[in-house]
Amino acid sequence: MPGPADTKFANLDFASSPINSSLTPEEKIGIYRDMVRIRRFEHQALAQYQKPGKMGGFLHLYNGQESVAVGTVSLCGEHDHLITAYRNHGHALAVGMSMDECMAELFGKAGGCSKGKGGSMHFFAPDKNYWGGHGIVAGQTPLGLGLGFGLKYKDLPGCALTFLGDGAINQGAFHESLNLAALFEIPVVFIIENNGYSMGTSQRRSSAYRECLAQRAEAYDMAWDLVNGEDVYEVRAKTHIAMERARKERQPTLLEVDTYRYYGHSVADANAQKYRTPEEIERYKTNHDPLILWKQLLLNEGVMTEEAAKGIEDAAKDEAKQSVAFAEASPAPTVESIMDDVYWETDNNTEASKIGRHFFND
Amino acid sequence: MRELSYRHALREAFDEELARDENVVLLGEEVAQYNGAYKVTEGLWEKWGAKRIVDTPISEAGFIGMGLGASMLGLRPVMELMFWSFHSVAFDQLVNNAANVRYMSGGLINCPIVVRGPANGGTNVGATHSHVPEALFAAFPGLKVCAPATPADAKGLMKTAIRDNDPVYVMENTMLYGNMGPVPEASEGDHLVPLGKADIKREGSDVTLIAHGRSVLRALEAAEILQNDHNISAEVVDLRSIRPLDQETILRSVMKTNRAVCVDESKAFGGVSGMVATLIQEHAFDSLDAPVKRVCSLDAPAIYSPHVEDEQLPNPRRIVQQVLTIA
Repeated sequence: MPGPADTKFANLDFASSPINSSLTPEEKIGIYRDMVRIRRFEHQALAQYQKPGKMGGFLHLYNGQESVAVGTVSLCGEHDHLITAYRNHGHALAVGMSMDECMAELFGKAGGCSKGKGGSMHFFAPDKNYWGGHGIVAGQTPLGLGLGFGLKYKDLPGCALTFLGDGAINQGAFHESLNLAALFEIPVVFIIENNGYSMGTSQRRSSAYRECLAQRAEAYDMAWDLVNGEDVYEVRAKTHIAMERARKERQPTLLEVDTYRYYGHSVADANAQKYRTPEEIERYKTNHDPLILWKQLLLNEGVMTEEAAKGIEDAAKDEAKQSVAFAEASPAPTVESIMDDVYWETDNNTEASKIGRHFFND
Repeated sequence: MRELSYRHALREAFDEELARDENVVLLGEEVAQYNGAYKVTEGLWEKWGAKRIVDTPISEAGFIGMGLGASMLGLRPVMELMFWSFHSVAFDQLVNNAANVRYMSGGLINCPIVVRGPANGGTNVGATHSHVPEALFAAFPGLKVCAPATPADAKGLMKTAIRDNDPVYVMENTMLYGNMGPVPEASEGDHLVPLGKADIKREGSDVTLIAHGRSVLRALEAAEILQNDHNISAEVVDLRSIRPLDQETILRSVMKTNRAVCVDESKAFGGVSGMVATLIQEHAFDSLDAPVKRVCSLDAPAIYSPHVEDEQLPNPRRIVQQVLTIA
């Protein structure tokens, strides 16, 4: 099985890999725009969360990890699908969901992507091959496996990108998914977004491993690789290899992307500044920020000007601000709507839905 | 009418639905090459091949979640739990994902899965293998649950479950697999039994026995004893479907007999009969000549001992005894 030996220690030039050298200037700028939009959305979400009465529940911010969602989604075609856990705003925006519907969902409004029924952890857009947005750690990994199973069963030439955090790798459902993926030769790419902490517990304190987490794939005779998440070119190059392995050879891969989150596990993470030092966070923000690095790279390549970058940043700020106005203006769900979207049959008022009692209210 | 065994009737349901819809795929432990732990799927792998009939490893959370994910893309996976008791290792998939995905997505997704297998006591396999979780799953909006008692209902409900566009959990019974009963010929047309429709398995006038699954057969035995030994005419309502629930048939029968005894292999706390009793007191209070009684499994984990296990379950003796307290 191909492991990372060939790439791990080599100082490879990912920019010149075919999947990257074929990128047009517009596509490269698009990647920057998508990352900036996620960052601005999350900043605005945090600002709104901190105001009383705007949002309930949790808010798991994606700041620092933008290159992972944007880099991988930029490789997706018509038959590629994705699914992730609760830190899902970045993936949602990357696949093309609007800031309006996402912000309205955070506000619990009827205009939200899930009509205010899912909240921060549960964004979905099946029309964009995006299957959520799942709240239970690793609970989405068998579902991602199933998307791959479905693709293979229907003989469709795609793959299923299944994202998880480093805290999910110790759950049984994940290991069951790895075994089944290898056993059944499922076109799935498991992507561990390793931000170093499962909530407040560091990787070293939560996982037993020799060199890295993805190495666990070897136990399942599965291909794996390590990815430096701060570099969009590397994310794209290595994910592309895994996706092609899935699409063409019907073989799964386990990728571990080294990344970092700037905020706590969620905004409610009271110890966000305690289990890691401010210096550590600052070091990432200064030296490893994927937006800064990609912007500098595009400036160096002469693809983007400072002025154009500023325009993108301003536009994203405005878009995020406007999404708040949209969310504010959107009506709250009605009490009656609580009873919708439980069963397909009752929602569609089918003959079957008229037989027997489906709901047991007073 | 021809007679089929309960397991054969189920197999016929799978065979017909496999032929009808190429998106139907059977998954589970030993369902293919082994021909099924209880021979329910016997011959299907040979006929339909490894793509449609899939042996899985012992990995319930993995393969049930996998089927669920595939259903989001339009497949109709029918997944066997060798025992429904094994639900506990797949609970996150069976509840958090299967019951909630539609709701949390604001209705954008539906999951047309069937999870099936035996859920019963009475085979001396101890507490870990004797769970009857129909009330548990019926308590989660988004899920549907049924428990057929006869070969004809087993076939008809299974075909309906496979065609339904929501998750349907079918509770079978190892003690029923060998039972024979009339099942309409396939040439007479699709034999479908709708979810949410109870069936009067025996008409009576003095008391209504409300049951599902194997308890229906125990209730029928009890009704015979009540008639012969006590001159009490018992009506037996087979719920067949737990959710949706046929409240109308339950109430109509109770309003006729004015007495009700629920027979339920669940434990009493949170059992199906608890829900049924609540509905009766709420909607037929004025028709009742006596309190609604229940015969459930004795409220302890399932005992192994073959000497006494049947006394833990609702059996004809216990049912008759309970009926005699009110009739």
